[in-house]
Amino acid sequence: MDWLSEVSTPLLILGGMALVFGALLGFAAVRFRVEGDPIVDQIDAILPQTQCGQCGHPGCRPYAEAIANGEAINKCPPGGQATINELANLLDVEAVPLDAEHGEEDVKKVAFIREAECIGCTKCIQACPVDAIVGAAKQMHTVIVDECTGCDLCVEPCPVDCIDMVPVETTLQEWHPNKPSDGIQLIASDRPDLHADDRSAA
Amino acid sequence: MSLMRVTSPHAHSGQSTAKVMLQVAAATIPGVLALVIFFGPGVLFNIALCTGTALVTEAAVMKLRGRPVGFYLKDYSALVTALLLGIALPPYCPWWIPVIGSVSAILLAKQLYGGMGYNPFNPAMVGYVVLLISFPVEMTRWVAPAELIHGTPGLGETFSLIFGNMNVDGFTRATPLEIVRHNQSTILAQLYEMEPMFSKGNIAGVGWEMANFGFLLGGLFLLFRRLITWHAPLAMLATLALLSVVFYDGGSSLSEGSPLLHLFSGATMLGAFFIVTDPVSGCTSNRGRLVFGAGVGLLVFVIRAWGAYPDAVAFAVLLMNFAAPFIDNYTLPRTYGHKAARKATDLEEQ
Amino acid sequence: MSQLQERNQREPSDHPSADERRATRQAHLIASEKARDLSRELKVNDFHGGVHPPENKHQSTGEPIGSIPLAEDLVVPLNQHIGGTAIPLVKLGDQVLKGQKIAEADGLVSCPVHAPSSGKVVAIEPMAVPHPSGMVADCIQIRTDGRDEWCALTPVEDYASRDIDDVLEKIRDCGIAGMGGAGFPTAVKLNPRGGATIDTLIINGTECEPYITADDMLMREHASEIIGGVEILAHLLDQPERVLIGIEDNKPEAIAAMKQAAAGTRFHVVVFPTKYPSGGEKQLIEILTGREVPNEGLPAHVGIVCQNVGTARAVFRAVALGEPLISRVTTVVGESLGRQRNIEVPLGTPIHHILEQHDIDRKRLQRIVIGGPMMGYTIEDDGAPVVKTTNCILAPSKQELPAPPPAQACIRCGLCAEACPASLLPQQLYWYARAEDREKLQAYNLFDCIECGACSYVCPSSIPLVQYYRAAKGDIREARAEKEKADRARERFEYRKLRLEKAEQEKEAKRLARKKAAEEARKKREQEANSPEAKAAKQESDVVAAALARVKAKQAAPEQVLARAQRSLTSAEHRVERMQKKLAEAEEAQKAPLEAQLKTAELKLKEAREKLADAEKQAADAPAKSGQEDAGNVQKPPAQPSVTEDKLTVAGASSSAAGAAIEKAKAAAAARASMAPEEKLANEIEALKKRVEKAEARLAKARSEDDPNTGAFETALEKMQDKLQEKLAAQQGSGK
Repeated sequence: MDWLSEVSTPLLILGGMALVFGALLGFAAVRFRVEGDPIVDQIDAILPQTQCGQCGHPGCRPYAEAIANGEAINKCPPGGQATINELANLLDVEAVPLDAEHGEEDVKKVAFIREAECIGCTKCIQACPVDAIVGAAKQMHTVIVDECTGCDLCVEPCPVDCIDMVPVETTLQEWHPNKPSDGIQLIASDRPDLHADDRSAA
Repeated sequence: MSLMRVTSPHAHSGQSTAKVMLQVAAATIPGVLALVIFFGPGVLFNIALCTGTALVTEAAVMKLRGRPVGFYLKDYSALVTALLLGIALPPYCPWWIPVIGSVSAILLAKQLYGGMGYNPFNPAMVGYVVLLISFPVEMTRWVAPAELIHGTPGLGETFSLIFGNMNVDGFTRATPLEIVRHNQSTILAQLYEMEPMFSKGNIAGVGWEMANFGFLLGGLFLLFRRLITWHAPLAMLATLALLSVVFYDGGSSLSEGSPLLHLFSGATMLGAFFIVTDPVSGCTSNRGRLVFGAGVGLLVFVIRAWGAYPDAVAFAVLLMNFAAPFIDNYTLPRTYGHKAARKATDLEEQ
Repeated sequence: MSQLQERNQREPSDHPSADERRATRQAHLIASEKARDLSRELKVNDFHGGVHPPENKHQSTGEPIGSIPLAEDLVVPLNQHIGGTAIPLVKLGDQVLKGQKIAEADGLVSCPVHAPSSGKVVAIEPMAVPHPSGMVADCIQIRTDGRDEWCALTPVEDYASRDIDDVLEKIRDCGIAGMGGAGFPTAVKLNPRGGATIDTLIINGTECEPYITADDMLMREHASEIIGGVEILAHLLDQPERVLIGIEDNKPEAIAAMKQAAAGTRFHVVVFPTKYPSGGEKQLIEILTGREVPNEGLPAHVGIVCQNVGTARAVFRAVALGEPLISRVTTVVGESLGRQRNIEVPLGTPIHHILEQHDIDRKRLQRIVIGGPMMGYTIEDDGAPVVKTTNCILAPSKQELPAPPPAQACIRCGLCAEACPASLLPQQLYWYARAEDREKLQAYNLFDCIECGACSYVCPSSIPLVQYYRAAKGDIREARAEKEKADRARERFEYRKLRLEKAEQEKEAKRLARKKAAEEARKKREQEANSPEAKAAKQESDVVAAALARVKAKQAAPEQVLARAQRSLTSAEHRVERMQKKLAEAEEAQKAPLEAQLKTAELKLKEAREKLADAEKQAADAPAKSGQEDAGNVQKPPAQPSVTEDKLTVAGASSSAAGAAIEKAKAAAAARASMAPEEKLANEIEALKKRVEKAEARLAKARSEDDPNTGAFETALEKMQDKLQEKLAAQQGSGK
């Protein structure tokens, strides 16, 4: 009978513990459930909201939904590598380089309508995903610069090609110094030749 | 004429890492002097071997990493590491001990982590612990002070001891900490009378007490020069003293040793002012340094009293190095204008 | 908003006894003043950290405040302060007088700009300004005439009896901004937000930066003006309980002068040990009161307003003399100059002019620092002018301020943490700034950094710590702005989607409603048609047969009528189309008569449609069975009016009458549309295809003839094609 108790006692103890802890964990999972943001919202929060459709989806939210369903995270040129890295971090996947098929990372731009040439066709107004163009039929249109996301969706429909994408300029108030180059500590910029350069430039 | 474009501040205190390192090195002089006087010139050979190896290793790694060798050697950080390791090693140990120790310290503990400023562990102590674990026999044979053995090894003997295969056993005796540790039956007062190590000395063993005193002097110099803060050393020494008072047991045969023995024997003062104050692997804030130092003091006493090794500064420091980031997280200073300090892991509410 | 509330509070309607209140307060103060233990009052505190850089103040204090000849051109930037850029009031070529307002404040947090001397406006354009970016900004350039002729000045007489708002308005109008360095509009600062009670006014005469002695000299020579300004400031702040003038102990002459001037007033000159950066607003407040400005808060939140001595003097001159802020005392110092001193210089004076007047040795000059060596910034273009915040022009030699050596690795020595006056951990911030870990940077309170430079000053590894922090702050601000913008874009996008959906739904609902209405109308007609039949059915069988024959005969007649009506409609449409074509081809001048013709044609079209409608009604009156058989025929006409409508729109001449007619036709067509949508679609598509072909031919012709209306034709064609696509898609959709 000894061997039986020898086997059954640990079995009972371990089994009992497993049950107790399982129940505890189960209870905790239900009782202390944290209502996190749905993953789509979290992805959407990372995307740059240009609504440009370069990813092949009609807007950022649809792309967020697609990512949540397993689509590649490297289809967003306006967000660039920074967005990819953040998405990779959130979804715990590998950060891949930007898919060039969907466009390349570019400086921030806004649309500008050459107002003298505008015929007032309203096509750009219809194309703008964020309602950042004002104007009426046969009236000159203009872009609300602060609201323009730089998606360039308005450029294509314009029948007289009067819309330019101009790079955003930093103002005196927005300006801030750049991060010092890592200089000495980085291998590439660390070579004696560059080093001497650094001294004279500094 | 082209004008320079640099960001403020345009003035600088003139302090440099190299100057700091050289002053630290200079501060070890009184301690080293005491070691030479009482234990012979062996320590100088250790320092020379360690320094040479460390600088060569550092230069070789810099070359491999494609960086300007001169620029990095001139910060003298490798020199200080080698110096501290050389002081910590038993004098007259075979030449390959300092060599292996220095390579371990510079290569394993420092450069593999990215070089100066990036090492999570104190390089000298890593080198010491590597040796202590790998070569326990060589590492635990301390030459006795000259007074106990009627003269330290001569020059010829020194060379034979370090480069030949002469055995150092003829010159070694138990260290004060070992004597107290292995004492089972005598009350301390008697032990102090019986053992020449104590009877010929004043408070903590011949030679040892003077070496510790020397390092205390050096430490005070560093404090005076504001190169270190008082927090970590004081916390370590206070904790050590407090614990040894608690476990002094009235000097019975079961006593773990008097506070003075603990403070002035072994590597206590070297550790307190030169090892625990290592900024790279220690804590960043003053409160953190207090905790860090107290932790080292606690561990030193615990290992000395109940551990397998007679001295424990290296292990204690390395263990606390592990804990440093954690301590940092809980000891952020209160920033001006904030109600209370907070943990660094509490992220800004967005 | 909060400022508005504050304003309201000051109005008598809210506080009818404002003057009374002030008087009581004054009495109370005098009483408490006597009782107060002054030693407690004057106790100074220490702040954490700080450094003691070499002061280098003796070079520029050897001479009294001097002046230099007026520069030929003065360049006055429109933004010399924190806040909105001022809006110019003058035009190119205007003659201006000294002190004349040449640009008006834009908004509440802004400052007007005044002409520093008389002369002519020769340029209003972006020019070099003193700014670390080296970027240009809008400036007004004045070519001085040398007469230095003042405009009429209006001082505020007896300010103590005037309304506080009037005095504040004067200060605002004189363009006074903080002269200590930041340049915050003074009037805004004196009007504390959120109705905070100010119990302490601090006058900052600390000047802790090495080299700078502008405030020192100002206090030595113009102490009475400063005290006069302090009196005004204290009055504007409802006589705060304490007025403290803080001066570092390295300026004994200034302290003596200020103490003498302040004798007999209730202002205390408080002297404290020299330490950088004790002149920082937050640090000075801690030194003098022991209070800390809360994180992200203002001094007003702890009942304190802090003003620079230079500002106090400017306030005095504005209120007592009516003088706007058009000049300031600036330290000109550095080893590459032949003469080092303080000068009172008109704002807008180009820096190269000042340097030349002080015997600059260009060979020794290696950088020009605006401000002191701790917080000043370098400029590359010495054409930049002196502005309201320029307290020092430092032209050091290479030996004086050597170039920074290359940075070494951080050894976490902690010297920076000990020097930091904000009790930050600069070494940790440095790691995170390098890693661009924004969350950690904020957790380590990056934004509490005052960029004083103490950490960089002590760093043994010569790491440009402050630059890391400035860059990181800028990045985080940028990211915040971007995030905000993205959120707004998201909102707008979502809203637009919602709006489009709603419009679609409305359209759909209308369509359904129309369909239903048409259905009901048809049913009603059928019932009406059926009722005589029913009556007839009650009659005898032969009568029934006869009636049936009669009905059949009748039925033939509407069909004929319908066909006729359709024919006339088609011809009318053709006419309208011809007219439109003509109109499109015609020149502007000929348009009017053609339009009239088109109108007639359209009227005819309308008539034809009405006829057609009548005919259809007749047809519909026929028995249900035959009516349904006719459906195919009836479908045809509606397809064409819809095309006509397109044409009309494209030609750009749709008169309201025609429009109305078309609307009607459209409605009728839509009503009938429900009968057989597929067939209708097919017909429409056929018609459209033909029209597209036609339009293409026309466009080609227009192009070959280089017609000016090619654009219009293109648009028309495009629209038609769009429509065709739409129809095709709809057909496919319904086909499924």
